[in-house]
Parts: sequence; C-alpha cells; structure tokens
Amino acid sequence: MAGIDVTSLTAHRCRDLLAGGEVSATELTRAYLDRIAAVDDSVQAYLAVNEEGALSAAAAVDAKPRSKRLPWEGVPIGLKDVLCVKGMETTCGSRILKGYIPPYDATVISKLRAAGLVFLGKLNMDEFAMGSSTENSAFQTTRNPWDLGRVPGGSSGGSAACVAASEGPWALGSDTGGSIRQPASLCGVVGLKPTYGAVSRYGLIAFASSLDQIGPLTRDVKDAAALLDLIAGRDPRDSTSTGLPEPAGVPNRESLAGLRFGVIREYIGAACEPGVRAVFDSAVETIGALGGVCDEVSLPSVERGVAAYYLIAPSEASSNLARFDGVRYGSRHTPSSDLYDMYVRTRSEGFGAEVKRRIMIGTYALSAGYYDAYYAQAQRTRTLIIQDFAAAFGRFDFLISPTSPTVAFKIGERMADPLAMYLSDLCTIPVNLAALPGISIPAGFAAGLPVGLQIIGPHFSEPGMLDAAHAIEQRLRVETSAPLGAASEAPAVEAA
Amino acid sequence: MISRQEVEHVARLARLHFDEEELARLQPELGRIIDYVRQLAELDLSGLEPTSHAVPLKNVLRADEPVPGLTQEEATANGPDVERGQFVVPRIG
Repeated sequence: MAGIDVTSLTAHRCRDLLAGGEVSATELTRAYLDRIAAVDDSVQAYLAVNEEGALSAAAAVDAKPRSKRLPWEGVPIGLKDVLCVKGMETTCGSRILKGYIPPYDATVISKLRAAGLVFLGKLNMDEFAMGSSTENSAFQTTRNPWDLGRVPGGSSGGSAACVAASEGPWALGSDTGGSIRQPASLCGVVGLKPTYGAVSRYGLIAFASSLDQIGPLTRDVKDAAALLDLIAGRDPRDSTSTGLPEPAGVPNRESLAGLRFGVIREYIGAACEPGVRAVFDSAVETIGALGGVCDEVSLPSVERGVAAYYLIAPSEASSNLARFDGVRYGSRHTPSSDLYDMYVRTRSEGFGAEVKRRIMIGTYALSAGYYDAYYAQAQRTRTLIIQDFAAAFGRFDFLISPTSPTVAFKIGERMADPLAMYLSDLCTIPVNLAALPGISIPAGFAAGLPVGLQIIGPHFSEPGMLDAAHAIEQRLRVETSAPLGAASEAPAVEAA
Repeated sequence: MISRQEVEHVARLARLHFDEEELARLQPELGRIIDYVRQLAELDLSGLEPTSHAVPLKNVLRADEPVPGLTQEEATANGPDVERGQFVVPRIG
C-alpha cells in the first residue's frame, strides 16, 4: 500500500497496521519522512532527520516474518536531542555540543532499540533543556502547529510539536520543571513526567540531576502508558533509578467512581487566564460526570515552588555544566593563551544567554556566604512542598490543575523578561521538586489554542493515574491533530 | 540586587566572561531574579530538614566487578585535540 496518511495516527494504531500487514515498516517510515519533508520547514521540530538510519532499521524489520516480531517493532519515534544516541549527533540544542557524536546509547535508547523502534531523528529543544519556549535553542525556534506565530512551549517543544503536527506518532522528551507537560499542554498532546527514578537517566544530558526525568509525548494516554512501560526500569548505570513497581499496562478505565480529585486552589486564581480557567472548569465537570469527586485543596507552599526551583535547578546545573570545558567533547576556542583562558572563551562562546544566566545564578547561590540563605533555604522549601503534597494525598487520590496558566504565547513575547518565562512553569515545577508523576492531557481550546489538564499522583501511582487520565480523555475527546496548512481555522472539536 | 563586582566575581568562578554590553544587561537581570528568589530567605523554615533527593534511597551498591566499557579510542573520539590517546590542553597558567 502506498501513500498512507499518517496525520492523527497513534503509535498503537501504527502497531496494529504493521501487525495486520496493512502497511510495511518501510512504507510507514517513508510516510513519516514525507510528512516531515512536507511540514517541517514551517514547524521546525527536527534538528536532524535520520532518514537513512530510519529506512535501514525499517527494512530490517520488514525482512523478519511478522510472527517473529516484537509488539512495537517497526513503529517510528522522534527523540529529544537531550538523549545520547550512539553515532547520531547530539547537541542538546547548544553550540557547545555541535558535532558531538555519542559513543554510547542512553539506556532509554537501548531499550527502544531492543524493542525494534525506528528513530526518525533528533528534536529541537531549549539549550540544555533550559526554557519554556524552545526560543533558547542555539539552532532554531520551533513553531506551535496550532498557530505558527506562537511558541510550542519548552523545553521539549520539538517533541510536542512533532506529535501535534504528525511528524511522528510519539516522541521522547525530558522534564525538569515542566519540560514535557507544559509543551504538551501548549501543543494539545499528552505529556507524561514519570515518578523520579522510574526511568533511567543514563545518557540523558544532565540539567538538574535531582529533578530530571525522561518521559513520553504522545497523541493519547494509551500510548503514554505503552511508551512508559518500554522505557521504565531500574538501571545499574543510574543509581537513582528504581523502575516502576508494576507496569502501567493498557489503561481501560471508563468510570471515575470512588476516586477523589483535589483541585489545587493556588493554581486557579489570578495567575490563570480566563480562557484556561473555563476549559479547566469544564474538565472538572467532566470528572464529576464520570463519577469522580472533586474538591478544592490548598497547598500553600507551592507558591514558593518557582523561587525554590530557580535556586535548586541552576545550582545543580552550574555543577553539571562545568564538564563543558573544551577538553573531552564539543567545541573549543583556539588559540588560547593558557588553560583558564581556553575554558572561559570556550564556555562564553559555546553557551547561550539563558544557560549563562542560570550558571551565574547557581554559582552565586552556591558561593561562600550565600549557601545557607539561598540553596539550603530552597532545599527546606522543597521539604515543605513534599509535606504539603503528602498531606493532600491523605485526602485525595489525585490532584488536578491547569498544566499551564496560559495558552501558547507569541514568539518573542517573553524573551525580554526571564522571570515571566519562568512563571510559565508555575503549575508544573512543584511536581518535580516532590518527585511525583504528573501528566498533561488535552482538555479543550481557548480561542483556538490548546489547553491542558494536569493530573498529579503519589509516587509510583502511574498505573492508576494513567487509568484516570484515559477515562477523562475518552469523555473529552479533544482533537489532537493540528490543522497545519489550514491557517487560522477553528479547531475541529471544542471541549465537551 | 547584585553588584557589578559580585557579577564579575561569580563569572570568574563559573569560567565565563561577559563584555561591557552583556554586563549592562546581565547585572539587572540577575538582580531581578535574585530579588525574586530572596522571598525564601525571609521564611522561617528552621524546623525543616533540607531535601536534596526527594525519593528515599540509601547506599545503592553494586558488585565491584569489572565490565567492558568504552575503548580509549571511543572515549577520546570527540576530543577537539587528541594525541596518542590523550587529551591535549593549552599550558596551565
């Protein structure tokens, strides 16, 4: 069969088409490569397309009899450029890593290779995953497929835009303070940040090691559960990894009867745009209609989350990014008068403005005389946030909020004001600080732009959280395929 | 607020250099961010332990057995200046 239409395809539909022999892996991969060729000039989700590698991986799948294949073998996927893939340039969106060819695979990549997935290419991101719009990429700004004048969110903006524009059925991203959920929300797709430790961070270029997690961006909750199960697991190469106590499985819940949902009061107030609030309120009604019980809950400490995060994450980053010194990998400034001069010139030329800003904040916060006032105080605030969540989970099964207080903003709008950009992650940051799992699912549209619903669960509650998310998703039935090329048209389906 | 001298000091610690124009922009930007995060310094959190890792894990050990790793050639393949399996750097100070 030729010319398969990949728009709106989920990964599980791809799997079914392959299993039924309705399409070959090569035809499917070719169809995605054609889609990328057709739309990526406007979306700019991909930093590099792995055309040759993808087609040869697909051909290898086709050479195997169908009965001998693994379930997801031959299904294509896009990868955020923060993940090391052996032999494939990995830049982390930074000039300092331009030309870096990892000599090893990240553990999640080894797992996907073993499962037979086809790698379509590397996806754009904010440099070193620092940002909420992909505007901090050293190479290009990805566009929101719902409105090419707006940002896709970030830092996994390339991954979210890739899925929304059907340039891949699903993608991997990483989330340190909202970097999977916020772009998923802004692009109208599903984004899951697993419990800290569920997924190995080996081969994920480190930003803030106590917060970073790899996770799926998908078209539906079923795919998020499937991709989580493909990548989760304890890994001897990441001693902070624990895996999941039980797999997420296939979400199939239809009713929310018996489940209590806490609406986080601090996230539905003044910071929340009216359009976002309206979509969120209708999602709360939907949860009620499905038999779930919603009640407001206050977590006062989450209002300190952004401040704590902007000390903890930059502090960890300033240490993690010390390795980019022009010695072992990446670019180097030449000539230099001595070693110190080489370090300074290499780093000053190689890093972009936001990365330098965060290194400066982190170095300042950790420097003599300031440590107790800033870093230690942020760590105590983190304890307070953990305690507030623990208390809330005594009363509720899950907590909910809008994922982002606003819809996708215009390109350039927040670049002049770093603090305004940081506040994009208001609702997502405390989830990382408390190491909890969180998911954003499409909840509807405000003025034609996607709005996400965030569901937060206790540690390792992914199976139940995905089940609940699936039930809500099936009732809301929000369109997830951006009407690319049909400029400024209203989306096909409004929120229920 | 953060003074010009402090910005320059922190830049040296971080192995970064900023020219005049960058400093003129950076100093007030950092000042605004630091003023924002300073809200935490005012909280009384004296009874709370600091959290550095939010999932309880202790003493994760593995058997101390040699396993194959990267070869010297693979490990140095990305180096900007490599000679006989070693990373070459400019003279130190």
